[in-house]
Amino acid sequence: MSRVLLIWRKLLNIVMLTLTGVAAFGVVAVLFLILGYLVWNGGKSLNLNFFTQLPKPVGETGGGMANAIVGSLKLLFLAALMGVPVGLMAGVYLAEFGGKTFSYIIRYTTDLLNGVPSIVIGIFAYSLAVLPFKHFSAIAGGVALGIMVIPITVRSTEEFLRAVPGNLREGAMALGASKWRTIATVVLPAAKGGIITGVLLALARVAGETAPLLFTAFSNRFWSPGWEQPIASLPVMIYTYAIAPYDDWHRQAWAAGLVLLALVLVANIGTRVVLSRGGGGRSA
Amino acid sequence: MRKTLVVLFLLFAGAATAGAQSNPMLLNAAGATFPYPIYSKWFDVYHTAHPNIQINYQSIGSGGGIRQLLAGTVDFGASDGPMSDDQLAQAKFKILHFPTVLGAVIPTYNVSGVSTDLNFTQKALAGIYLGTITKWNDPEITKANPGVKLPGEDIVVVHRSDGSGTSYIFTDFLSKASDDWKNKVGKGTSVNWPVGLGGKGNEGVSGLVKQTPNSIGYIELIYAVQNSIPYGKVQNAAGKFVKADLAGVTAAAASMKDMPEDFRVSITNAPGATSYPISSFTWLLIPAQISDAGKRDAIKDFLKWMLMDGQKFNEGLFYAQLPKSVVTKETKAISLIQ
Amino acid sequence: MDRAAPRRFNGGGPRAFIHRLRHGDEVAHILTLTFAAGILLLTSMLVYELWVNSHLSRAKFGWMFFWTSTWDPVFDNFGAAPFIYGTLVTSIVSLVTAVPLGLAAAIFLSELAPRRMSDTISFLIDLLAAVPSVIYGLLGIFIVVPLMRTTVGPILIGTLGHVPVIGRFFKGPNYGVGFLTAGVVLAIMVVPFIISVSREVLLTVPREQREAALALGATRWEATWKVVVPWARTGILGSVFLALARALGETMAVTMVIGNDPKISASLFAPGYTIAAVIANEFTEATGDLYLSALIELGLVLFLMTFILNGLARLLIVATERGGGHPS
Repeated sequence: MSRVLLIWRKLLNIVMLTLTGVAAFGVVAVLFLILGYLVWNGGKSLNLNFFTQLPKPVGETGGGMANAIVGSLKLLFLAALMGVPVGLMAGVYLAEFGGKTFSYIIRYTTDLLNGVPSIVIGIFAYSLAVLPFKHFSAIAGGVALGIMVIPITVRSTEEFLRAVPGNLREGAMALGASKWRTIATVVLPAAKGGIITGVLLALARVAGETAPLLFTAFSNRFWSPGWEQPIASLPVMIYTYAIAPYDDWHRQAWAAGLVLLALVLVANIGTRVVLSRGGGGRSA
Repeated sequence: MRKTLVVLFLLFAGAATAGAQSNPMLLNAAGATFPYPIYSKWFDVYHTAHPNIQINYQSIGSGGGIRQLLAGTVDFGASDGPMSDDQLAQAKFKILHFPTVLGAVIPTYNVSGVSTDLNFTQKALAGIYLGTITKWNDPEITKANPGVKLPGEDIVVVHRSDGSGTSYIFTDFLSKASDDWKNKVGKGTSVNWPVGLGGKGNEGVSGLVKQTPNSIGYIELIYAVQNSIPYGKVQNAAGKFVKADLAGVTAAAASMKDMPEDFRVSITNAPGATSYPISSFTWLLIPAQISDAGKRDAIKDFLKWMLMDGQKFNEGLFYAQLPKSVVTKETKAISLIQ
Repeated sequence: MDRAAPRRFNGGGPRAFIHRLRHGDEVAHILTLTFAAGILLLTSMLVYELWVNSHLSRAKFGWMFFWTSTWDPVFDNFGAAPFIYGTLVTSIVSLVTAVPLGLAAAIFLSELAPRRMSDTISFLIDLLAAVPSVIYGLLGIFIVVPLMRTTVGPILIGTLGHVPVIGRFFKGPNYGVGFLTAGVVLAIMVVPFIISVSREVLLTVPREQREAALALGATRWEATWKVVVPWARTGILGSVFLALARALGETMAVTMVIGNDPKISASLFAPGYTIAAVIANEFTEATGDLYLSALIELGLVLFLMTFILNGLARLLIVATERGGGHPS
């Protein structure tokens, strides 16, 4: 009797363990499937037109997404401009100056902000940066994305500052540097690699966000000079083109998807490689 | 490290100034998807003729056009359903309606095995969208289509998920066609649809119908033509089945007795043997007072161009031209924009 | 000016304060504090805006908002029920799919795979988490939806549709879009979170636990399933909450494959709507003030849901890190 039980247990063992392997490789396979599809469908439509032309009127072929590519870059620039200083400073505060309770509150709030769905941030940015000024703008889009950049930046700044070895700080203080001097000239530069990778990861994350841009940056058929006009962006274009019935637009959506994914993955892979090589302390 | 920073900075600086011609006049507009094909053509052609004027039109639906105009975030809006008195009262400023083209809303479908034009009675369309008629071989549909083999499949109903003037035109027609509809659902840019899937924009509905077997949706004529999806004939007030075309739409407009001063009028279910019953004007919603002189002049100039030259593009994209009497009236009304 | 001083200036007292002030430390402190407080301000403003702008809707509908299932812009009658239902159903479907899958993968990565393989695979799976939502939506529309309509749907309806209790979830017309499709797409989006956190948590289980089980004659699987996993269960649960919080707020991928119909249906193949999706579709077009207010109230509801979940997740994960799990 126990012989049968033993065989059953051994069989179960093999089956379940194999299944776990299947699960793991299955999930990885999905990643490659996604990449594969995008490369297959998007690669076909990637041509010079895509990168240099403006969108053409509905039904006419041959348009491109030059303004959306530039638009996404401009939005990322604004997001970084607005989000990084706040996140950096707050991270410095938490790592270097913070008192116990206040730090806890700040960390909790930052986590909270991080968990807010991006569509809700879009609503907030609409009432903050669109309604009072009475128009959609790149700035409003930058505000929405900037808000999303802040929590990620805070976390990675704090993490990498804390990872700087104590003896570096002590050495600086022993030489007579005041606290802020130490931070500015010794600690921050030591943590700089990790912090920059954290910022890049944050930007890669918001580069793909669509929902908050729908009612802030809106979209634009043309170039968007300056910062106060509605502006096209890759994710919004992908969305608009994907749900339309025009085959030419679908092709462009795939191509745009490929470009966007390539940017995001390069940023992610690049930063992780740098991190693991020793740009910072714990892994992200 | 420093080099990469410099490169990045130059990249962004370049991006920031890209496309900045010598101060182009930028006008932002939003609204109906119904006329989007012709509007995008018009704004493109107009921009080529006037390179320093850019009109950025986003087709987010008539509801969106009205809302954003009321909020003041766009310079003008566009809608297939005229603004109601309530909505006009909500506005802090006076809004003028300018008809631009005439179009048709058609029932498009994707029924397995059917390649001919289906006839839809008014009762059939109302029943399908009310959810009382659920199968393609329902008697109300088969009796209007003798000789056509309709499958016993469930009808997949598709409607708009966004605030839409196309919905307004369609529900306006259904309200006239069926008292049941009028009382249960009513007309509007966004209604409480008894059944169906929601697609975003005319584009979304066309896409859904194209990809979903045994489905039916309502869209603007050009979207069916451009995507080669079949569309059926609709029974008009005189009892005749009419397939949407420019003649039928023009006939519906012609049967209108008098165009009101503010141009808000409904021509669905128009009398006349050849009238297409789901026809409508579509309007640009322009504020009566525009403080920025440059923008005001640009908009007025565009309207004039639209009424004269723009109309030439209509028929190529399956929209009917505005009746001459309407054009004359509108040209006069342009002067109301101060 | 920066003399090393034998006195402590990081303590209290006005002289110390003035010294710090003169030497920039206090300035730095105040400066960074201001930015940190700015985050507090920002978040408070967000909640405030949501609260204030949903006032019209809250005043008119009160608590009824939560169980009214009409969404009628023509007659100005709004209720959150269909959206809460859709949000919950799609999230549950995604978890039912992602948790077994994710846990299995995490077990493989922590218990079976050699370290380097485990690290590489984890790295690749983390990349899945970086793929933007709209791209999942793109793939959803053109690949998952047709697949669901032509292949998977009919199979499920043919088999599970006839099983007594759960049959009602697998009935009815199959459009390709619907709750199930949205749930499946969401599952792929949240599985990396479950795997990543679960794997880390499993790796912290002390070796002695495993070895003790094996010494007692357990098979590898039994040791894992009956000893290691239970030890880590708080942290794993935390990862599930994290994944759930993410699923609740997903917008683009969902709205592209769910069918956008504000109805409550038993069948998973029916079209539905989630809070995030309806806001995305209707926000720019809500033509009435009450309409807009109702949408913002939905945003507030979503915010609260994710707030509570994230809080719970945090508690659970922190509890694991501190206590190292409890013996059953």
